[in-house]
Amino acid sequence: MPEETPVLAAEDVTKHFDTGRQTVRALENVTLRLYRGRIAALVGESGSGKTTLARLLAQFYPVTSGEIRLRGEVVSGPDKDFYGEVQLVFQDPFASLNSLRKVEHNVRRALKLHGHAADDAAVHELLAKVNLTPAADFARKLPHELSGGQRQRVAIARALAVRPSVLLGDEPISMLDVSIRLDVLNLLARLREEEGLALLYITHDIASARYLSDDIYVMYAGQMVEGGPAESVIQEPKHPYTRLLLDSSPDPERAGGSSAFTATAKLGEPPSLVDPPPGCRFHPRCPFAKEQCKTSFPPRTEFADGSWTNCWLHNES
Amino acid sequence: MKVRIGIGIIVFFSVIAIIGPWLNDLMGIGPWKIDYDAIAEPPGAGHLLGTTSQGTDVLAQMIAGTRNSMVVGSVAGVIGVILSVVVGVTAGFFGGKVDAVLSFVTNMFLVLPVLPLTLIVAGYVQDTGPITIALIIGLFGWAAGARTLRAQTLSLRGRDFVMAMRMIGESKPRMIFVEVLPHLAGWISAMFLHLVLAAILAEAGLAFLGVSSADTISWGTVIDQARQVALLNGMWWWFVPPGLCIALLGTATGLVNFGIDEVMNPRLRTADIKAMRKALA
Repeated sequence: MPEETPVLAAEDVTKHFDTGRQTVRALENVTLRLYRGRIAALVGESGSGKTTLARLLAQFYPVTSGEIRLRGEVVSGPDKDFYGEVQLVFQDPFASLNSLRKVEHNVRRALKLHGHAADDAAVHELLAKVNLTPAADFARKLPHELSGGQRQRVAIARALAVRPSVLLGDEPISMLDVSIRLDVLNLLARLREEEGLALLYITHDIASARYLSDDIYVMYAGQMVEGGPAESVIQEPKHPYTRLLLDSSPDPERAGGSSAFTATAKLGEPPSLVDPPPGCRFHPRCPFAKEQCKTSFPPRTEFADGSWTNCWLHNES
Repeated sequence: MKVRIGIGIIVFFSVIAIIGPWLNDLMGIGPWKIDYDAIAEPPGAGHLLGTTSQGTDVLAQMIAGTRNSMVVGSVAGVIGVILSVVVGVTAGFFGGKVDAVLSFVTNMFLVLPVLPLTLIVAGYVQDTGPITIALIIGLFGWAAGARTLRAQTLSLRGRDFVMAMRMIGESKPRMIFVEVLPHLAGWISAMFLHLVLAAILAEAGLAFLGVSSADTISWGTVIDQARQVALLNGMWWWFVPPGLCIALLGTATGLVNFGIDEVMNPRLRTADIKAMRKALA
């Protein structure tokens, strides 16, 4: 991993939601760093805290403990300068655009608010950048005249209009038709190349994470369990949960029976975050769980290929 | 089409309200003029809608009454809508303590018994002309609307598109006026039309109970006077016109509401958007 300062980082972040009667422990001591020109994928199943982490990074709500750092400096709260650097693309493109406003309204406001030229040419240039051509036609359309993929591109164009250095994608393709997902992924990859953006790509589809990203982080029930360069995480998963995720995605070349998980008929359910299991939160579902796993969360073990994991199986001390 | 009929009816009554006195002069009739040769006369050549038991012209009274009823309706409607938008949207958008205070005030106004209160206030106020009645109805009738708007704003505030606009740094006033309020336009216009109708009905009800100044003529006072005599004598031409006017205006408000729905929700827009805009302009 590069040694430069991360553009945006969550350092040892914990988030608990207090609902009055009970506390939801959504994130526990999570660290995630985003670097310029690199795409980090955050993988995990529903409820693992991926979106919470993205929203903490975007300063939608304050952290319970830990800190969010922008270019090494602790961010105390959201302000216009912060949002000039960090933008989030929402999961649902049908909800993230005002149904009464034309495409150009969204882009133009973003340009204007951040002091950039906001004439037709600037708006059209942005729309062309996200492959909405002819841009002049798309600029005048209302959201309901666009497909999901086109809407998501408008949302991306709006985020790009402020000229951010970090783009957080909260499952940006999960609501799109399968046939247009690749287009949006390629668009994100191109933006990384051309603009030097630091990208966070949140997904539950580990195959698309492999396709797009440089680094992969794996989360389970609010804990970061594994991370590292994409290929090493995919080729040599260290944590049993990463292996479960990989085995869950269909692979025609893999013969049945090679998985550690096919033997166990029941794979279990993700735990409740109100009353999470002690120690490693994956231990009730883990076929390799040891006594140690039930009592304490393992420290990080680093490997030669740049990846790391928090698992007692790889920590013999 | 529905919209055009509705707008047509409202425009018709508005025009009558404006040119009423002049129209009466032109036709040589007046709401107070007594024709001793035609007392309790059914509709005919001399008096198009007949006369009352005192010999005054029903058409003239209707024309004069339209102005006062429309004034009561529109003034009460405007006051009520402004109050409910200001209180409701502010409470919903800002939340927290602002919401707590405004919701408390709203709930207080919500449980006030409006009609008895109106009677008491009207008793204290010297001249209970149409404006006074309108003020009372407007000032006490906004609470239900404010609650609805608060709930709607609360739901809109958390939507992704509002969050997204906040993230690009949109200011709060612009967020309210450009992103949130347009989504409430259907609610607000429905509320306005409903308030107008409610105010006209309330005014008629108050007039019916005798709360109105003696020298004011409105649809309500016409019905009130007719109540005392017309029903016993079968003088249908006396009480049908004011009742019909109120019913027609109510229908018109409903028809216009359909149209506002179509303009506000782009998906409901039929082929001819420009015609719709023109019809509403």
